Amino acid sequence: MLVATAVTIIRTRKLMSAVMLMGFYSLLCSCIFMVLDAVDVAFTEAAVGAGVSTIFFLAAIAIVGRTSKPTLPGKTVVPLIACIATGALLFYASFDMPYFGSADAPVHQHVAPRYLEDSPQEVGPPNVVTSVLASYRGYDTFGEVGVVFTAFIGVLLLLGAGTRRSGIERTAPGDTNDESMRQKIVLREVSDLVIAPVLVFALYVQWHGDFGPGGGFQAGVIFASAIFLYALIYGIVPAQKLLPPRKLAYLPGVGLLLYAGVGVYSMLMGGNFLDYDFVAADPHDGQHYGILIIELGVGITVAAVMINIFYSFSERSL
Amino acid sequence: MISTQLPAIVLLLTLLSAPICSMIRNGDHAWKLAMFAVWLSVAAAFALMSQVWGGTTLSYHMGGWPPPWGIEVRVDELSALVLILITLFGALVISALRESLRTVMRSHRHSLYYATFLLCMAALIGITITGDAFNVFVFLEISSLSTYALIARGRDRRALVAAFRYLIMGTIGATFILIAIGFMYMVTGTLNMADLAQRLPEHADNKVIQASFAFFTVGIALKVAVFPLHYWLPNAYTYAPKATTAFLAATATKVALYVMIRFIFDVYGVEFSFSQMRLDMLLIPLSIAGILLGSMTAIFQSDVKRLLAWSSVAQLGYMVLGVALLNTSGLTSAVTHMFNHAMMKAGLFLALAAMIYRVGSSNLRDLAGIGRTMPLTTAAFVILGAGLVGVPLTAGFISKWYLVSAALDKGWLPLAALLIISSLMALAYIAKIVDAAYFQPVPDQHQNVRDVPVSILTPVWVFALLTIYFGIDTRMTAGVAERVAQALLSVAS
Repeated sequence: MLVATAVTIIRTRKLMSAVMLMGFYSLLCSCIFMVLDAVDVAFTEAAVGAGVSTIFFLAAIAIVGRTSKPTLPGKTVVPLIACIATGALLFYASFDMPYFGSADAPVHQHVAPRYLEDSPQEVGPPNVVTSVLASYRGYDTFGEVGVVFTAFIGVLLLLGAGTRRSGIERTAPGDTNDESMRQKIVLREVSDLVIAPVLVFALYVQWHGDFGPGGGFQAGVIFASAIFLYALIYGIVPAQKLLPPRKLAYLPGVGLLLYAGVGVYSMLMGGNFLDYDFVAADPHDGQHYGILIIELGVGITVAAVMINIFYSFSERSL
Repeated sequence: MISTQLPAIVLLLTLLSAPICSMIRNGDHAWKLAMFAVWLSVAAAFALMSQVWGGTTLSYHMGGWPPPWGIEVRVDELSALVLILITLFGALVISALRESLRTVMRSHRHSLYYATFLLCMAALIGITITGDAFNVFVFLEISSLSTYALIARGRDRRALVAAFRYLIMGTIGATFILIAIGFMYMVTGTLNMADLAQRLPEHADNKVIQASFAFFTVGIALKVAVFPLHYWLPNAYTYAPKATTAFLAATATKVALYVMIRFIFDVYGVEFSFSQMRLDMLLIPLSIAGILLGSMTAIFQSDVKRLLAWSSVAQLGYMVLGVALLNTSGLTSAVTHMFNHAMMKAGLFLALAAMIYRVGSSNLRDLAGIGRTMPLTTAAFVILGAGLVGVPLTAGFISKWYLVSAALDKGWLPLAALLIISSLMALAYIAKIVDAAYFQPVPDQHQNVRDVPVSILTPVWVFALLTIYFGIDTRMTAGVAERVAQALLSVAS
């Protein structure tokens, strides 16, 4: 199904259906991750791939139109060869791969045992993924937040959301468009019902990351998608009144600095960067607070970045 | 305490001032903060160099977790040299950036531009100091994203296409590197580089590792712009905003080359990379082709920016060739040239940016007679150009000297001759610019062009003087490079 969907996405010229299929593709991926027991990844894929990125693509289509230009047949030869070569190489490698799900696979022999066995004592959270993500490899996660922040700065630099003072005034003509949406009572009623629980759910995912799948990344995306829903139904103007773009533009940086702040604090207390043992008097508490705060930083950055990007896209399309 | 925390500090200075910069609305204040942060990180880079001088290695455990469980930051002489390259040359470019941006962008965008610039710098620093394979990928993403944004900011609409093409190529490259790292993890169960190096040899016959090596080679070759994967580079450099080109030309491809050296020698190991996978058989012909094609194309360009970009393709060929020759002189030349070329190209692009600042174009016709209207800028340009050709007493001579002797060590006379021919080609394209600058009449519309303000002129001249300085005192460049080369190769024997 995954392959069939991918082929259809490439073949179709209707951008609209391509986007919808890509959402479907992400949903399938997330099912696969689920089957592979990577619940956290599945969660993220469902929220980001199937949810948020579809909305971004739709916003982009609103700007560029619905169909793509046909490509010249000769131009596709080199990419095709490259794809086949890549596939062949992957196939070649698969001969020596450890058996699927095998417990003797090297991945389970070397680093992982300590993560699994010692993390409840050393770090604390029952969810090992959170321990690895936030503590053992917290520096990587810090880098990932940096990636999200960079994406935000890049979009801001190129499209300029929040910095354009006329943003709200400019959207006025688009209201006629939103009017039609507002009249769709079913949509509105359903979304009224859904938005509040989604926001609460986002907060739950945020704070529950220690115990079950979840954490800042997923929570941020879910929170943002509730805002998207609101903006799609009621129009961008009330959404921007609720969360003014100028103020919102500060938040991604705040999140990143919050994350780094924990690290710098632990350095000041005599530890290494991001060594949460030094955050509180008791190392165990320190790990707990540290993870809680950095997850909050992640959540703030991710949610704010998503909403900011959404704003800057929709300002363009109206 | 500060000295033990330096590996983290050198990164955090730039990485943390980026979000703060983005929040400051006033572009001038943001610039002052950026200046403060980058010059401090220059100091930190030199301090790190002094700590590892002579061949010691610093290991810093992020989060206090020992490797391979946590992420390790490692600084040795090679990474310290690259750190100095990134911070020093980046700082010089930022110093000139305020004046240069004034004509291009409305002022409220400046803060964002500095923030992106700082992020890019921080990411490159992160790549350089990390001792963890996956961490390389994380910072590679930051650096790539910020680079795309910086390029797309160019005034020309074609900058968007150039940035998009680079984005596609860069993403493919990054994905291949990710697959390579994933494969290594699959077989060894670790992501720490030193740990990988220990565990990989026993899996040398494993097809997964072989595929991983292939993916890595193609992915990193895209990033280094090894011929024939250099396609994105000329356009990206040509259409990027002028001062940005100086920074990108100095750092982005060099850091990719650094990653290449790190992985080939320190992770996969010389034995595996060269004896088993015969990487040299692939890289030597490709780099020679890159040198010849790059130099040849550069000669026929009428746009100086594009000319310099093609010359970069050729110069990167020298570095890859130095790596592939696999002897001490070759590696020494690669590492030395990495530093020297970064310095010279950044200087050249910055001098050119100064000319564009006044003339408004980088076409040879518009630059005619610029030696008389902008004497100081052009003089610096000529010195830097001489370095690029490899004139004695400039930095370029040192690295080429090592490369030619590497070819002679191997007993490959034709290769040595070829290198001298390619230097003559470099002479041809630089001479073309000099001819236009000094021996052509000044076009009427550019009669009243003057030299640029001191804030741009100073960094340009610092680059020019450094080119001469490192042509005479080679302790920090070739001296370090030679020790690095011996260390990298000694692992094999």
